Amino acid sequence: MSILPRPIEPMVAFAQALRGAGFAIAPDQTIGFIAAVGLLGPGDILDIHKAGLALFAIPPERRGDYDAVFRSVFLGQTVAAPVIGAEEDELQVHEPTGAETDTEVEDDDSDIGDEASAAERLGHRTLTPGQANRVLELFSRDLPGRLPLRTSYRRRARKSGDKLDIRRTLREAARHDGDIVRLRETARKRRPRKILFLIDVSGSMEQGTETVLRLAHALVQGAERAEVFTLATRLTRITPALRPGDRAQALDRASAVIADVDGGTRLGAAMAAFLAVPRYAAFARGAAVVVISDGLERDDIGPLVAAVDRLSRLAWRLDWLTPLFADPNYRPETAAMAAIQPMTTRLGDGSDIAAMADHILGLARAA
Amino acid sequence: MPVTPNIAGIDSPVALQQALVAAQYLADDALSTAAYLALALGKPLLLEGAPGVGKTEAAKAVGGVLGRTVLRLQCYEGIDASGALYEWNYPRQLLALRRAEDASIDLYDDRFLLARPMLEALRNPSGTLLLIDEIDRADHEFEAFLLEFLSDYTISIPEIGTMRAETHPVVVLTSNRTRDLHEALRRRCVYHWIDYPDATLEARIVMARASSVAETTAQAVVASVTQLRAEPLAKPPGVAETVEWAEAATLLNAQGLRWPEAFRQSIGVALKDHDDLTFLQDRLEALLPGEAA
Repeated sequence: MSILPRPIEPMVAFAQALRGAGFAIAPDQTIGFIAAVGLLGPGDILDIHKAGLALFAIPPERRGDYDAVFRSVFLGQTVAAPVIGAEEDELQVHEPTGAETDTEVEDDDSDIGDEASAAERLGHRTLTPGQANRVLELFSRDLPGRLPLRTSYRRRARKSGDKLDIRRTLREAARHDGDIVRLRETARKRRPRKILFLIDVSGSMEQGTETVLRLAHALVQGAERAEVFTLATRLTRITPALRPGDRAQALDRASAVIADVDGGTRLGAAMAAFLAVPRYAAFARGAAVVVISDGLERDDIGPLVAAVDRLSRLAWRLDWLTPLFADPNYRPETAAMAAIQPMTTRLGDGSDIAAMADHILGLARAA
Repeated sequence: MPVTPNIAGIDSPVALQQALVAAQYLADDALSTAAYLALALGKPLLLEGAPGVGKTEAAKAVGGVLGRTVLRLQCYEGIDASGALYEWNYPRQLLALRRAEDASIDLYDDRFLLARPMLEALRNPSGTLLLIDEIDRADHEFEAFLLEFLSDYTISIPEIGTMRAETHPVVVLTSNRTRDLHEALRRRCVYHWIDYPDATLEARIVMARASSVAETTAQAVVASVTQLRAEPLAKPPGVAETVEWAEAATLLNAQGLRWPEAFRQSIGVALKDHDDLTFLQDRLEALLPGEAA
């Protein structure tokens, strides 16, 4: 530190403090920041604040964390711990970020009981763990080849395509003194569709949560563009937590970020919250959406039906897997399910892992 | 890092802000600071925000202030080098080849090169502003491709070689944030999140852009739009919608419709989603702009 000129020291310290708070900051951003502060004078402390916002590319939802670090470095105030999931009636969108995970990891370490209760819950499955693992293995093996595809806007050379490849044809013609020897063609590429997994983790779904998360993990591992969210009283994006290849580790991380496993249901509000974030709603656009829920809604069903309607119009297809389906006499007769059924592409069995795996592998087939 | 504190007579964020106001774009402190820093540091400016907050307008205004031509590159999924960078004019090459017969001819001459916005900006870095619009619509492949361009402002064309900009071109990127941009791209840019303007500023924007609108109407519309944005709508009205709603209602009013009715009749200008209208149906009366003029 001593090699730095004195006025620059706090700037570098600020960048480091931001890194400590979970912001990814590259050295050339620090250099840019210092140059920017120099450019602005700095006339007053707010200039430094603005320069940091711009050069460190602080997204709006992390403004609070940034301000706290700024205050602690430049104004000597202590950093308030980030408030996680303040109890409010409003439904919150919970997207774990670097800074938050830090605190959550601590919680996790101190809570050894978690694993025991997870094992206990597993005991309720009808399948033995061995059978379930076999299903997951087969699922992971078959998934890459069975993902639904869509036509991309990019083209590639193809022997019998649907469009003339002028570029290649004429390039070859140029080599043959301007004579067109062969017509080259292109066709559109095929790309895997996005898959969006919405998992209801409320109390009534408690039995299956663990299983579904294992399936979701296999899906995130095997599919190029899968996103997983859990719904209950809160909406939580768990895709990043499911990224590690090691299943046990990923499931631990996932259960640490899902703040309200087995909590109450506010399915409609959670789905509305999902649709209200443009970035999330964009995941659903043109995607194969799979909802795993029994559709039991505590509150008024209006918001739930409206949200599913909108979701079904954004999505390429919407499949609803309910654990109640296992009962051969099951009919979607609750008010919510009766209203939702016509909006779904297919209503399916969400009672055990084999049925769900089967359904997902069948998504590419016509509805 | 080359720093140019004075660009076309603009030597501070305040100077830029004043110039933008003169060009009919009302920018707040944070935006003019970020834009000034981007210009002075020779970095691209990345503007993010909800649709309709005026990101593209901001870029055009900066171009106007600097006296530069704005080259707009609209992004879409599947956009690639032939749409963004350059393409050879194959029919012309072929004709020239036929006509030349035995004479030798350079097929990769400049006259056969069709420059797309990025190449054009590179060829004339001091006279243009490159606007890469809605980068979130492009796919990751294009983002990676862009990264190379933005880090050292060079383009390589296999048939010609590498072209380098003499000076740093001014580049503005906009994103509606329908997806997260790659960290590496954000890192290279000066970033600004454009929020909806506060009520006073938005009323001033309405007045500046729609000359026919009375001040009281502008204020009433802005108050109503602010309320609408607090509702969980699929498509909250942007600044452009505010301006158009004020204009539309004023027009209907001039043709004899009474006030609240003029707003109700023109609601389609502000709310463009059937679900939103149904959702607000019962309460719409209370949300409409009240007394105006």
